[in-house]
Amino acid sequence: MEWLERNVPKLVLAPSFVAILIFVYGFIAWTAWISLTKSRLMPKYEIDGFGQFERLFAAPRWDVAMNNLFIFGGLFIVISMVIGLLLAIFLDQRIRAEGVLRTVYLYPMALSLIVTGTAWKWILNPGLGIQETVRGWGFESFTFDWLIKPEMAIYTVVLAAVWQASGFVMALFLAGLRSVDTEIIRAAQVDGIPNHRIYSAIIIPTMAPIFLSAFIVLAHLAIKAFDLVIALTNGGPGYSTDLPATYMYAMAFSRGDLGQAASSAMVMMGVIFAIVVPYLYSELRPRRDH
Amino acid sequence: MTTNTLLRWGLYAVLILFAAFYLMPLFVMLTTSLKSLEEIRTGGLLSLPREITFAPWAEAWSTACAGTQCEGLRPFFWNSVLMAVPAVAISTVVGALNGYVFAQWQFRGANLFFAAILFGCFIPFQVVLLPMAQALGFLGLAGSIPGLIFVHVIYGIGFTTLFFRNYYVTIPQELVRAAKVDGAGFFRIFFAIFLPLSLPIITVSVIWQFTQIWNDFLFGVSFSGPGSQPVTVALNNIVNSTTGVKAYNVDMAAAIIAALPTLLVYVVAGKYFIRGLTAGSVKG
Amino acid sequence: MPILEIDHLQKAYGETHILHDINISIEEGDFLVLVGPSGCGKSTLLNCIAGLEPTTGGKISIAGRDVTGVSPKDRDIAMVFQSYALYPTMSVAKNITFGMKVRGVDKATQEAKLAEVSRQLQIEQLLNRKPGQLSGGQRQRVAMGRALVRDPRLFLFDEPLSNLDAKLRVSMRTEIKKLHQDLNASIVYVTHDQIEAMTLATKIVVMKGGVIQQIGTPAEIYNRPANMFVADFMGSPAMNLIPARVRAEGGATRIEIDRGQGDPLVFTDPVARDLPAEIVLGVRPEDIHEATGTAHLPDAARQSGGEVMIDVVEPAGADTFAVTHLGGKPVTARLRAESAVRPKQMFPLAFDLSKLSYFSPKDGQRLN
Repeated sequence: MEWLERNVPKLVLAPSFVAILIFVYGFIAWTAWISLTKSRLMPKYEIDGFGQFERLFAAPRWDVAMNNLFIFGGLFIVISMVIGLLLAIFLDQRIRAEGVLRTVYLYPMALSLIVTGTAWKWILNPGLGIQETVRGWGFESFTFDWLIKPEMAIYTVVLAAVWQASGFVMALFLAGLRSVDTEIIRAAQVDGIPNHRIYSAIIIPTMAPIFLSAFIVLAHLAIKAFDLVIALTNGGPGYSTDLPATYMYAMAFSRGDLGQAASSAMVMMGVIFAIVVPYLYSELRPRRDH
Repeated sequence: MTTNTLLRWGLYAVLILFAAFYLMPLFVMLTTSLKSLEEIRTGGLLSLPREITFAPWAEAWSTACAGTQCEGLRPFFWNSVLMAVPAVAISTVVGALNGYVFAQWQFRGANLFFAAILFGCFIPFQVVLLPMAQALGFLGLAGSIPGLIFVHVIYGIGFTTLFFRNYYVTIPQELVRAAKVDGAGFFRIFFAIFLPLSLPIITVSVIWQFTQIWNDFLFGVSFSGPGSQPVTVALNNIVNSTTGVKAYNVDMAAAIIAALPTLLVYVVAGKYFIRGLTAGSVKG
Repeated sequence: MPILEIDHLQKAYGETHILHDINISIEEGDFLVLVGPSGCGKSTLLNCIAGLEPTTGGKISIAGRDVTGVSPKDRDIAMVFQSYALYPTMSVAKNITFGMKVRGVDKATQEAKLAEVSRQLQIEQLLNRKPGQLSGGQRQRVAMGRALVRDPRLFLFDEPLSNLDAKLRVSMRTEIKKLHQDLNASIVYVTHDQIEAMTLATKIVVMKGGVIQQIGTPAEIYNRPANMFVADFMGSPAMNLIPARVRAEGGATRIEIDRGQGDPLVFTDPVARDLPAEIVLGVRPEDIHEATGTAHLPDAARQSGGEVMIDVVEPAGADTFAVTHLGGKPVTARLRAESAVRPKQMFPLAFDLSKLSYFSPKDGQRLN
């Protein structure tokens, strides 16, 4: 009884502990293991070295996927941050109807990426979408057919993703702007420092942690982005808009190539590792709550 | 003064332009869903419907074909409800208890475990997709709604634990001490003191989990069977269905139907929605 | 039988020792105050007594029963916390009766106890409010009410007044003292405020770095501090600690103190003492007297006069504090309000030789 009383907290955590251990860390280990074997349709468990990774890096489709990840990830993160920061600063100017605007900017974040993809696929389709509409206004030669151009299609994914996430970045930055000590700002105003200098020299530098977390969240979204590509381009035309996530899925469920699926998943994991681990480490390190 | 007014006008112009950018897809979806196919083909993308028709909505809801099945979104919508409600409830309860332990009943090694849970929030789910498919088969849950509930609970408790832990650390530890002196135990303290304080964070957790689970596509497409597909998977199937004429109006109606629950949650409880998003990205 | 006996108590986190060999014993009706600077281990000690923190060695007995390792609820104690720790979602009445409810006390007894305690503390009109709607002083009363209904063998108070403003603190202090007298309760009380310690305690434990520096009555602690730390910590303004030289002179002790310029100040303690050549002299500000005319001087201060340079004069209403420097240290004297002392002038002061403390400059321990 005494023992039970003392150990209740541990017992309460135990199921989660076991679940996390198996379904997160155990499964990562399993995938890592499979990525080192000759598994194809069925898992094999004899370690075979890095053959799967060699095959992966030699595959032109994977090459396209990784390239797309850097194009998509880079543009998506930078554009979302710029728009988010800009909107946050603009909204911070004692704007009328700020609440309404904020709600409008942020609502896409509540939507499923499948819905976003579906909507943009319709808007961007050259036959009846934007292109046709603008032509209908009299600009006969207007072309906006990125969706069906292999070398441009990835930018439609960027467009839709920015549409979905930039409002969220705005909310993050706005919260950051509002949390800056007003006394510092007053002191700067008394010193006669112009508004744009107050932003560039005082407020934005104090928001460095928010830039970091916005970056982490966006990078994380970019690497996991799967639904959006599926709904918007389904990887096409051809496999020109493949991302590592869609590549992995194709290998796992339509090609039946477990080894390639596992090794590509491990590469994704490695990319996220490289970004998230230093972040988590710095977040957990200095903050001691007790 | 005049440059100032001009700047102000410019400011509003930019803000409104962006508002238009964010609203345009919703507007297009809505107007398209209310037009007949004929009007879609002849009218512009941005024009209002000349003649409003609800037929596409009816079709999207009950007769549109997702793959070979032509029952509309309805059965899949209910699949999503049946999946989301228990998964949200279970992951929130587990997260609340976990967070309570991490915040108020620290023990040796708890911090390490918390870091491990936190890290679990960030893994790309692709890395667990293959073994989970095997495990669900092994557990007899493959292709079933309980299987999806299980998956969503497992990968949801990281975030719910984080929410509750960060909320409960702000409650002074002396409260637990006082209650211990009063003779209350672990669960008594939780139910009598912590739970009544938790409404805001429960709301955040429920909204976050509901949005995540409802909008999920990856787990749905990977682990569901023909009878257990969630609405997002069905929507994608309807849109990509190759039978017959491409019915854009039905696609848009279906997309709005699939988006409606989370959109509604956002409109009703946007404040908590934002808190969940920010709590998930910035600790504390 | 002691109501609380702490026997060779140890507490350590790994290699860091929080409490070293604590031995304390108090009787029924004692008001024990644990006092010391922050981080001295006093709150940890209180939590060990409460059973809220595990100990790593030694024994704690309450009313003759060994309670080491017994959970807090079974120790027959009640506790008042620094932040009051009122349950925020419960009304005042529910806060007070929560413990009884948990222990399964019947409703009628709960009601009776609640009525009795709320009358005693004059909080009857607050019973239906939530803690958030109370002022600091009212919260303090509710927290005490929660402890009182328990009717325990031992009350534990963890800095209960530190969150109140200065004025309220003084009046609540008086109330706690009155409560103690009325109930003849046994109390262990933690504070960092030495005035609270002096006014409330029947017994004081001064702690530093997890080690007990001195245990004694307030008078003992004040008049005969065991070492320079206690001398400096207890009393406000603090005891003057003045480096001095000593020479044995027949049946008496000759003491020399540097005045900064000119001859040292010299006087003779009529008692022969075995002291090292270098000492630190401890003298309370009120034991330094104005030596203009000798009429009001205590006998023991008559032969110890000397002119000193006054640096600062601080009138404080009832008293006037004069600050000079002796042996290289600032020295404060508490003089009469109407004293003629002026800054930047020489002024005659005299020490009350019967009240002097002598400390070793090496280890700070008391020598007399």
